[in-house]
Amino acid sequence: MPRYTKPAIVLHWLIALLIVCAFALGVTMVDIPGITPTKLKYFSWHKWLGVTVLALACLRLLWRLTHAAPPYPSSMPMLQQRAASSLHALLYLLIFAVPVSGYFYSLAAGVPVVYLGVLPLPVLIEPNPELKPILKQVHYSFNMVLLACVIMHVLAALKHRFIDRDGMLKRMLP
Amino acid sequence: MRIHSALRHRAVAALALLLALPSLAAALKTDTAKSSVSAVFKQLNVPVEAKFRKFNAQIDFDSAKPEASKASVEIDIPSFDLGDPEYNKEVQKKEWFNGGQFPKATFVSSALKPAANGKFNVTGKLTIKGKTADVSFPLTVKKEGAAQIFEGTLPIRRLAFNIGEGEWKDTGMVADEVLIKFRVITTQ
Repeated sequence: MPRYTKPAIVLHWLIALLIVCAFALGVTMVDIPGITPTKLKYFSWHKWLGVTVLALACLRLLWRLTHAAPPYPSSMPMLQQRAASSLHALLYLLIFAVPVSGYFYSLAAGVPVVYLGVLPLPVLIEPNPELKPILKQVHYSFNMVLLACVIMHVLAALKHRFIDRDGMLKRMLP
Repeated sequence: MRIHSALRHRAVAALALLLALPSLAAALKTDTAKSSVSAVFKQLNVPVEAKFRKFNAQIDFDSAKPEASKASVEIDIPSFDLGDPEYNKEVQKKEWFNGGQFPKATFVSSALKPAANGKFNVTGKLTIKGKTADVSFPLTVKKEGAAQIFEGTLPIRRLAFNIGEGEWKDTGMVADEVLIKFRVITTQ
């Protein structure tokens, strides 16, 4: 069965790992009461992770635009194939939408992002107190949608591996 | 006759005083709506600017006699606005500004000397959180119609004023150097 190419596999797992870290850090940091040095540090790390995901997402999209994904197993019903492709498209969209919404939320809050504490990233909007709560909600909502999509994605992969046993998972395994 | 003469003397004295007044460099009127005082600090190298919403600036400035100029600024510490109620509460705590005990920061000039490019060098005493330090900074003065704009940046070290105690002493988190930026507009 045809597999994804090496760069696509590396990008997939790297992005997955970074998203899990950024998500866990995000959930942890907002639960820290008050304002502490640790909390501020986590905020910065969370933003660096998000920016890294965004950069890798660009590479990933570039790969996808220049390569076709390996075909689904012929045993897979058409409806399932369509559902899988739709979910993949949504995941592609979210790996951009989540970091971008977070980036603009930070800018609206008047905190520019300095990547790894070294590289100041473009300040595309001025601090905006009206936009800030909206972007906060948008960033949160996108994350909840991403969480739901990732759960479905993982469950589907496990179904192909343990129920269908159609070798689908092998396409993306390192 | 004597009464007459005394009156005339008084009138002359009053007139002289009146004529002398403008050159005494009376305090200029500050346009608080257009003026601003803010602090820029760096947190993990991220510059963040926050405004002091309330302050009072008294400036006596005569471009003909700049050395005679005087300035005093009183800043309302509880008006420090980082754009988030939680952060605003945090910076008023004892570790930071201790705004409850030290609600005012003040600057009083001691000398103003003309420098190159139409700038001035200002020295004076800055008091924050009950601590006073000698500071000096360059000042730009511009005229726009009847208004005058006094602009400058004053770098300070926050730890010299005990701003950020305990775990916040770590300058890796919040840098020691803080820039106080001001733009005071006066109308006559």
